[in-house]
Amino acid sequence: MPPKMDFDSYDVGPFFDEMFTPDGQPRPGCRMLHDKIASLPPGEILARQAAAEQAFYDMGITFTVYGHEEGTEKIFPFDIIPRIIEAAEWDALERGLIQRIRALNLFIDDVYHKGRIMADGVVPRVVVESSSGYFKECQGLNPPHGVWCHITGSDLIRDESGRFMVLEDNLRCPSGVSYVLANRRILKRTFPQVFEAIDIRPVDDYAPLLLDMLHAIAPQAANRPTAALLTPGVYNSAYFEHTFLAQQAGIELVEGRDLVVADGYVHMRTTKGLKRVDVLYRRVGEDFLDPQVFRPDSLLGVPGIMEVYKAGRVAMANAPGTGVADDKVVYAYVPRMIRYYLGEEPLIDNVETFLCWEDKARKHVLANLDTMVVKAAAESGGYGMLVGPAATPEEREAFAAKIEADPRNYIAQPTVSLSRAPVIVDDHFEGRHVDLRPYILYGDDIRVIPGGLTRVALRRGSLVVNSSQGGGSKDTWVLGPGAAARG
Amino acid sequence: MLSRVADAIYWMSRYLERAENIARFLDVNWHLTLDTPGGRGEQWMPLVSAMGDFDLFAARELPGDRETIIRFLAFDPEYPNSIVSCLGRARDNARTIREIIPTEMWEQINTFYHLVREAAKGCDAVLNNPYHFCDEVKRRDLTISGIAGDAMSHDEAWDFFRLGRLLERADKTSRILDVKYFILLPHPTDVGSNLDYVQWAALLKAISALEAYRRRHGRIQPERIVEFLLLDHDFPRSVLWSLIRAQQCLHAITGTPMGYFANPAEKRIGQLCGDLAYMSVEDVVAKGLHEFTDNLQTRMNRVDEAVFATFFSTFPAIDGASQQ
Repeated sequence: MPPKMDFDSYDVGPFFDEMFTPDGQPRPGCRMLHDKIASLPPGEILARQAAAEQAFYDMGITFTVYGHEEGTEKIFPFDIIPRIIEAAEWDALERGLIQRIRALNLFIDDVYHKGRIMADGVVPRVVVESSSGYFKECQGLNPPHGVWCHITGSDLIRDESGRFMVLEDNLRCPSGVSYVLANRRILKRTFPQVFEAIDIRPVDDYAPLLLDMLHAIAPQAANRPTAALLTPGVYNSAYFEHTFLAQQAGIELVEGRDLVVADGYVHMRTTKGLKRVDVLYRRVGEDFLDPQVFRPDSLLGVPGIMEVYKAGRVAMANAPGTGVADDKVVYAYVPRMIRYYLGEEPLIDNVETFLCWEDKARKHVLANLDTMVVKAAAESGGYGMLVGPAATPEEREAFAAKIEADPRNYIAQPTVSLSRAPVIVDDHFEGRHVDLRPYILYGDDIRVIPGGLTRVALRRGSLVVNSSQGGGSKDTWVLGPGAAARG
Repeated sequence: MLSRVADAIYWMSRYLERAENIARFLDVNWHLTLDTPGGRGEQWMPLVSAMGDFDLFAARELPGDRETIIRFLAFDPEYPNSIVSCLGRARDNARTIREIIPTEMWEQINTFYHLVREAAKGCDAVLNNPYHFCDEVKRRDLTISGIAGDAMSHDEAWDFFRLGRLLERADKTSRILDVKYFILLPHPTDVGSNLDYVQWAALLKAISALEAYRRRHGRIQPERIVEFLLLDHDFPRSVLWSLIRAQQCLHAITGTPMGYFANPAEKRIGQLCGDLAYMSVEDVVAKGLHEFTDNLQTRMNRVDEAVFATFFSTFPAIDGASQQ
């Protein structure tokens, strides 16, 4: 007899649960989904989970597992139970994200021009100029319409009380939006009746919006701009996303070796000779972009492309230099940027952050390592971090030494008990910690895709959700304005 | 389109066609063995020879029996032309051009690849009876062709897709003829015997041509079969048909009118098509069938080389730019 899966034995625990209130009742927006799951015959949930995984496999949304049998492929772990965000909650988040991106963009533009915010002592110059994403080569550059950060993915978490906070901003090459689109495609096959019954905001217009944004930033002269996505190539871990986005947006997918600078423009090598490129969605880091300007050993980039960029003959998203605001130390100053540039209070808070380069903060961090999460400023993907409560005394000691040796490179945050959502574990449901990465496009105006990627820490108790650290994902449903009333 | 992308489409398509043709080779030989009384004269080495890979096989010092050769041609990951190797390379190419090809096509190629890899793991069933496996390979590749025809824009990508497929097909059809050359009849007096006819008919079956041939020529006559496979103007697996269509693809890509040439690839394929079009089967037989197909394959290889130099080699565009 296959297991009948319900939530009777589901334990919310001392956390904010995305689906249930503390007394175990489904939240209003989750009731329809909850009832649907509860009404399914035994074995059905597991069968649907298996079918969804097979679909990912057939669609080739997989990565190769190294060190195992040659050519073993796995899908990124995926849980079919969606995470639901109610309409009013989302609308508030959207306003907060738009506010944040506007301030971040003004900051980047300021950094590479007059540097007012540093002159006024709001953000220390040393913090900005020591950021690994700061490039003095970008000083004085003027991207079209003054927009630098065209594609952003800021990571949001919820604490025990359910309050959303920004954990970090990803302004270099935030990845994962392809999984938002793929997850949704699969979930429509998995729970079609629920989609019919409730008002879930669609995400399918991401690719057209991306294309509109790329066209919007093209150099003035081009009336029908040619856009291309620049990928490091097939061995990059986000390669699936690169092909997927290029295909969905109907733009060329190019590698550095496909591009050449000639006659002052960037061109692609085609079967009919050279063809001009007006806009590049670059998924190649600045350091690798132009061996004549940045790393000379890079084979991924295009020699001379920065000259063309400076002359305004090619646009790039994101603009080179944007990474200065990706730094985890700079992140700590974003609320101050919002007040400084916009004269507004931040609508979404940061997680409380201690900057180890400040003596007082460092002493506090070192004395409280067992309660804190420490992160290297320029690392991502869950690398270079210490989760204090889960670490051994030896690990904490080793990390303390690293902090002492290079205090500028570390920040610390109190361990936040991220909210949890139910996931399928074997034949029952268990709560797992989640975060949320919404995607924000900034061209002529700012657009936030409803929802985003919900990442799940699949190991019991773990707070680390990064896919490179064994995390998985869920589809994220943002309900439409009338959904809660009807659901 | 990007040179790199054109190259990948061309090879993706060639590898798919190659995999399908190997399945056809295996299938026909399997049926031949069923028609060979008492397993007398069951011959599998000719398949390896016809692929042009006799030396590769010999170097491995494997026995020439049925199971070994089916395993080699279908599932050997070290043999670059095995079905599983072809699928792996077709998929690698497809992966680099996922943004160009229809999603359905990528999914077909992806699931096709997984199917073959799974079959390779427990291949005893296939070795005992390759029919179902070969049939599935043919069917899946036909599906991909169908998707290409009906879901791709008939633009440059489509022309490169067709070009790869047609050149590969012309090559393999000529090689299937060679299988007959390599298969030995048990006794010289068997020429023209029942067994001889069975073998010729099997060749036609291999390329799905038996029924079309019967409507065209009726009786099984070796010379008419050679004519049909090499020179027929209507049958879509004949060498001449495939080469003429490949030539049209080349001209569609460059925009050069037929009868003119803009690059060495168009010149070489034009000469080849012209020669074949004015050739009779009697000329072929007079030359010696094996010698003829050998020469044909050399000339087709030269077309392939010219396609590479014209469209795919890394720096043609930059050379053009520097001359301005």
